[in-house]
Amino acid sequence: MALTLFDKLWREHRVCGVEDGADLLAIDRLLLHERTGGVALKSLKENGYRVRDPSRVYAIMDHIVSFRAGRSRNEARSPGGEAFITETRAMASEAGIHLIDTDHAGQGIVHVVAPEHGIVLPGFSLVCPDSHTCTLGALGALAWGIGSSEAEHVMATGVLRATKPKQMQVTIDGTLPPGCTAKDIALFLIAGHSAAGGKRCAIEFTGSTVDALTVEGRMTLCNMAVEFAAHSAVIAPDDKVLDYVAAHAAGETLSDELTDYWRTLRTDPDARFDFQIRIDAAKIAPQISWGTSPEDSVALDQPVPDAAPSRALDYMGLQPDQPLRGLRIDGAFIGSCTNGRLSDLQHAAEILRGRTVPAHVRAVCVPGSKSVRRAAEALGIDKIFRQAGFEWGEPGCAMCFYAGGETFPPKSRVVSSTNRNFEGRQGPGVRTHITSPAVVAACAVAGEICAPIDLPARQRVDA
Amino acid sequence: MLKPLLRHTGIAAILMRDNVDTDQIIPSREMKRVSRDGLADGLFAGWRYTAPGSRVPNPDFVLNRPENHAASILVGGENFGCGSSREHAVWALKEYGFRVVIAKSFGEIFHGNCIRNGILPIALPAKQVERLAMAPAPVKLQVDLEQQTLISSQDPDRLISFEIGAFAKRLLIDGLDPIALTMTQQDQIEAFFSDDAARRPWVYSAG
Ligand code: SF4
Repeated sequence: MALTLFDKLWREHRVCGVEDGADLLAIDRLLLHERTGGVALKSLKENGYRVRDPSRVYAIMDHIVSFRAGRSRNEARSPGGEAFITETRAMASEAGIHLIDTDHAGQGIVHVVAPEHGIVLPGFSLVCPDSHTCTLGALGALAWGIGSSEAEHVMATGVLRATKPKQMQVTIDGTLPPGCTAKDIALFLIAGHSAAGGKRCAIEFTGSTVDALTVEGRMTLCNMAVEFAAHSAVIAPDDKVLDYVAAHAAGETLSDELTDYWRTLRTDPDARFDFQIRIDAAKIAPQISWGTSPEDSVALDQPVPDAAPSRALDYMGLQPDQPLRGLRIDGAFIGSCTNGRLSDLQHAAEILRGRTVPAHVRAVCVPGSKSVRRAAEALGIDKIFRQAGFEWGEPGCAMCFYAGGETFPPKSRVVSSTNRNFEGRQGPGVRTHITSPAVVAACAVAGEICAPIDLPARQRVDA
Repeated sequence: MLKPLLRHTGIAAILMRDNVDTDQIIPSREMKRVSRDGLADGLFAGWRYTAPGSRVPNPDFVLNRPENHAASILVGGENFGCGSSREHAVWALKEYGFRVVIAKSFGEIFHGNCIRNGILPIALPAKQVERLAMAPAPVKLQVDLEQQTLISSQDPDRLISFEIGAFAKRLLIDGLDPIALTMTQQDQIEAFFSDDAARRPWVYSAG
C-alpha cells in the first residue's frame, strides 16, 4: 500500500494498538522547558515514578529567562520567575536528564536549540509540552506539542498514547516574488483558509517552493502550522536537510546506511491524503496581520478588510478599510522560535545597515539561541542592529509572550516577527502586528508600517 | 488517584465565546509557581477582575454573578481551550471547582488534558449548546457519564446524549492513572525497545 511520510513515521514508532483506535507510540526524544516542564518533573516525582531513560530527555531554559544583556544565572524577565529556573534546574539534575541551563553555551529557545545540537534528527519522534514543537517537522521528524501530564507519561513509560490524526497535503509551487519568505507563505495560507483550516491534521508541505526554501525557512513554515490548527507538520528530508544535520549533529559521523534510510522518508507517489490545498507562490505578497488572530493577515499594501469584526478592530485601534501602510508604530521585536534564526537576523540586518530607528520606537532583537547570537556576532550583525538603535538581547523567548514584568505599554503598536497576535500576547493591551523579520526591520526604521521597498535610499552605506 | 466521576449535578455558567484560548483561561502572569496548585485565583483573571494584577471582581463577568457562585459546569463555544498547551488551564478550572466543560468543540491538547485531570469535556452540536445557553439562569445540569446523557433543569423533558471515547470514559469513571494503565503493557513496550535498538541504533547512541 502506498504510504505518506507521516504514515511511515507513525508506523516506525507504533508499539501496539490500544482502546479507541489509539496507539502506543515510542518517543525518541522529550524536550521540557522551565515553564511547563518543571511541573511535569515535579509531579512525576510526587506520583512516585522515575524517568525510564534520562538520556532521551532534555530540559532547556527559555521561556522566563531574562533577555537583558549580561543577565545573571537565575535572572527572570518577570516577577517570581526565578523559581521556574531554579526548581527546574534542581529537578532536572536530580532526575539525571540533560540540562541546557541559562549559562550553557547552547542555551536558547527549545525549538531553535533542538536542531542546532542534533537533538532532533530526521525520522525521530519528538514531543514537548509546547505547542510550537511542530517546528521540528522541517527535518522530517514526527514532532508535536503535548500537555504536561503526557510529558510525565513519556518520562515514566517511554511511550505516548496517541490517536493517529487525519492528513493534509499543502503543495506550494512556483517562485516566490522578491521580498517574500516562509513567514509570508504561512500567513497567506492561514489568512486564505482560516486559523482552523488545518483541521487538526498532520500536514505535509510539498512542492517546488518548499524544496527551494532553506532548512531554516522550512522551520518557520512548520512552526506556524499550529496557528493553522494542524496536529503537526512535516517536510521530507532532502540533501539540504542531510547537509544541515551533518553540520549540526554533535560531531557524529553519519553512516551511509543512515543517510540512505533518511532518503526513504518520503511520501509514495500514489499515497492518499484526506485533504489537499494547493498554493501558487507567485500570488503571495509580503504579509502583515491587522487583527488578533494570525488569520487576520493581508498583503502589506492592502487595507484592513471592510468586514473586519469590531472586537478585533477596537483592540487594535483600527477602522475597517484603513490602510496599514503608514500606521505609526511604537515598538519592533525580532526573535522567537518562528523567526529568531541566523538567516532571519541576516534578512533584517540587510535592511538595517546604515539606517537608524527613530526615537519614538523601542526596537529589540533577541537571537533565538546563543549559537545564533555567536554566529551573528561573528558576522558583525550585532553591530548593525546596535548602530540602528536595536537592543541586542540574551537568547530566550523574550517578548514573544507576556509573563508579567516589563514589556511594551498598553495600546502601543508593535511589529513583531513572532507567531501569535492574540489579545494581550505581548502585554496587556499591546497591539501586535506579525510579519517577517525584514518587514519588522523596515517598519522599525521608518517608524511606521511599510515594506522594505518603501524605504528611502540609504544616506550612507557602511563600509 | 483522581476523584472518579460517574454522575454530576451542578450549576452551569455560560461563557458563550468562540476561541477561548488557554491564555484567557489562565494568563501566563498568573502562573506564579512550579506547581499544579494555587491557580484557581488566576482563572480567567483578565476577564474576572477589573485590571491586570488586580483582584477586584468585574461584576459583568459570568463567574462573578451571584447565581453562578457555586458553578461546577462551564458551557463554552467553538474551539474552547485552543492556543498554548499549558495544562495549567485545566488545573485552574479543576481547582476552582469545575468538573464538566461543555462546548461546541475543543482545542485538542486541552481536551486530552481535561480527561487526564478528571474533568469531563463534552462536545455537543452547536444548536444544542446554544439552546442550553439561552435558558434563563440559573441552569442546573444533571450529567450521567455512564449513560452519556445530560438533562437541563430548564428543559427537563429533553434528554441530550453525548459521545465520549471508551478510554476517556474509563479513565474518568474509575479515576484511573494513565501511567499505571500503560505500565500494565510494559513487557510489550520493552520488547519493542529492544527490537528498535537493533533497528535504529542511532536513536539509542546519541546523548
Ligand atoms: S518563542 Fe514564543 S512561541 Fe516560541 S516557544 Fe517561546 S514563547 Fe512559545
